[in-house]
Amino acid sequence: MSVPVETIAEEMFKMVTEYQGKKNLKALDLTKAMIAKYGDAECSKDDCKHAIRQLMDSGRCVYSYFGGSFITLPHKEGAAPE
Amino acid sequence: MADKKYETPMLDELEKGPWPSFVKEIKKSTDISPACQDLLGVLEVSYEDKKNHWKHGGIVGVMGYGGGIIGRYSDMPEQFPEVAHFHTIRVNMPTGWFYTSDALRTLCDIWDRHGSGLTNMHGSTGDVIFLGTTTDELEPTFKDLTAAGFDLGGSGSCVRTPSACVGQARCEWACYDTLAACNDITQTYQDELHRPAFPYKFKFKFSGCPNDCVASIARSDLAIIGTWKDEIQQDDAAVAEYAASGLDIQKDVCGHCPSKCMEWDGQKLRISNRECVHCMHCINVMPKALRPGKEKGAAILIGAKAPIVQGALLASVLIPFVPAEELLDTIKELTSRIWDFWGEYGKNRERIGELIQRVGMANFLDAIGLDPVPEMVSAPRDNPYVYFKAEDKI
Ligand code: SF4
Ligand code: SF4
Repeated sequence: MSVPVETIAEEMFKMVTEYQGKKNLKALDLTKAMIAKYGDAECSKDDCKHAIRQLMDSGRCVYSYFGGSFITLPHKEGAAPE
Repeated sequence: MADKKYETPMLDELEKGPWPSFVKEIKKSTDISPACQDLLGVLEVSYEDKKNHWKHGGIVGVMGYGGGIIGRYSDMPEQFPEVAHFHTIRVNMPTGWFYTSDALRTLCDIWDRHGSGLTNMHGSTGDVIFLGTTTDELEPTFKDLTAAGFDLGGSGSCVRTPSACVGQARCEWACYDTLAACNDITQTYQDELHRPAFPYKFKFKFSGCPNDCVASIARSDLAIIGTWKDEIQQDDAAVAEYAASGLDIQKDVCGHCPSKCMEWDGQKLRISNRECVHCMHCINVMPKALRPGKEKGAAILIGAKAPIVQGALLASVLIPFVPAEELLDTIKELTSRIWDFWGEYGKNRERIGELIQRVGMANFLDAIGLDPVPEMVSAPRDNPYVYFKAEDKI
């Protein structure tokens, strides 16, 4: 039985939280990590896509740009004036 | 035009001369938005300092989106408070850039309400560019845009807003319906356009014929260029009319044919269609006499890019001819194989063309399941590593 999208989203969220400030993760990094964890029979690329969408639409994660697009926790803009 | 807030002698130089001037246009907009005065001010300082005074922000979208907004902040916010935030919004243009005047007014009204009023029609990818707003105005702008039927375009590691030439809507040379193809691809890849999932950007561009009015061969990761498979359609009477009206067919048509496959004996034009490389030159010079063939479709090319992280690349032929009716299915199947390979092996900020250079075209073709064909070779190599022995001499 395939892993529910909510579970994948939760696992991805944990990963983003763990790596915040240490390494910028791309959507592809999260997808590869989930497929490695659950196997591609249980967790497809499409499931991962939907999980990322859940994280974004709920506002738990945001996309950021640092010379490429990454998935991060919402944070205060470093470049923004005080 | 509002009274000058800053002296801008260097920018003022750019108003001189008979050509359009962005300085003139920004000055005209100072009535609409106070940001325009500060924009001129900070730009003058940039010219004096010989460095720009913008910082790249991490903001990339509105809620749920990862593309369409380019975050910009001034590094002199105290001196130029009106441009302390000056974000850019990319709006997906209508395919082929067809607008009603009503649609243009709607866009401008939205931008007057929420931003500086300055636009760039269009950016190099093709989007409508709204220049300069604050973080607080991003969501309200997006809300008004979507209510008016518009959506954001791509930025970051996304599918970038696909673009197409005017195609069959206005141009008799179009060998397939560029507008339908571009619109279909835009709709199909909405998720990839708004939610960055790749190592870097990916651009689709659709040109209806080899004139390539959207420069797809130089600017897109996947270029779809209309072409034909059979013979150039030729009207001999019209050729004779061109000759009678003074066109030097030998010099101006045959003389510039890149494959030297045309002959003019003063009476009859002969084209060796087997040798024709479909460059469009002869058709462009004698549009009433020559036309693309009847068996129409497109060539699919891969790997072009402008110089950003690494140098510029021109596209390479991937499939020399796909009949028009099979085009969309072929593009989608090919795209999914290309993205799988790129997702697996691409490095951060590596375009597909750069990845192909790194792993080699042969390996790439093997990975996406295509056989090499002669049309992929732009010129035969001149160092074939064939060694002859003395006894091989004839
Ligand atoms: S690329 Fe060809 S078909 Fe498209 S507008 Fe230009 S000339 Fe016409
Ligand atoms: S299209 Fe170009 S290559 Fe073909 S015959 Fe005309 S000029 Fe020559």
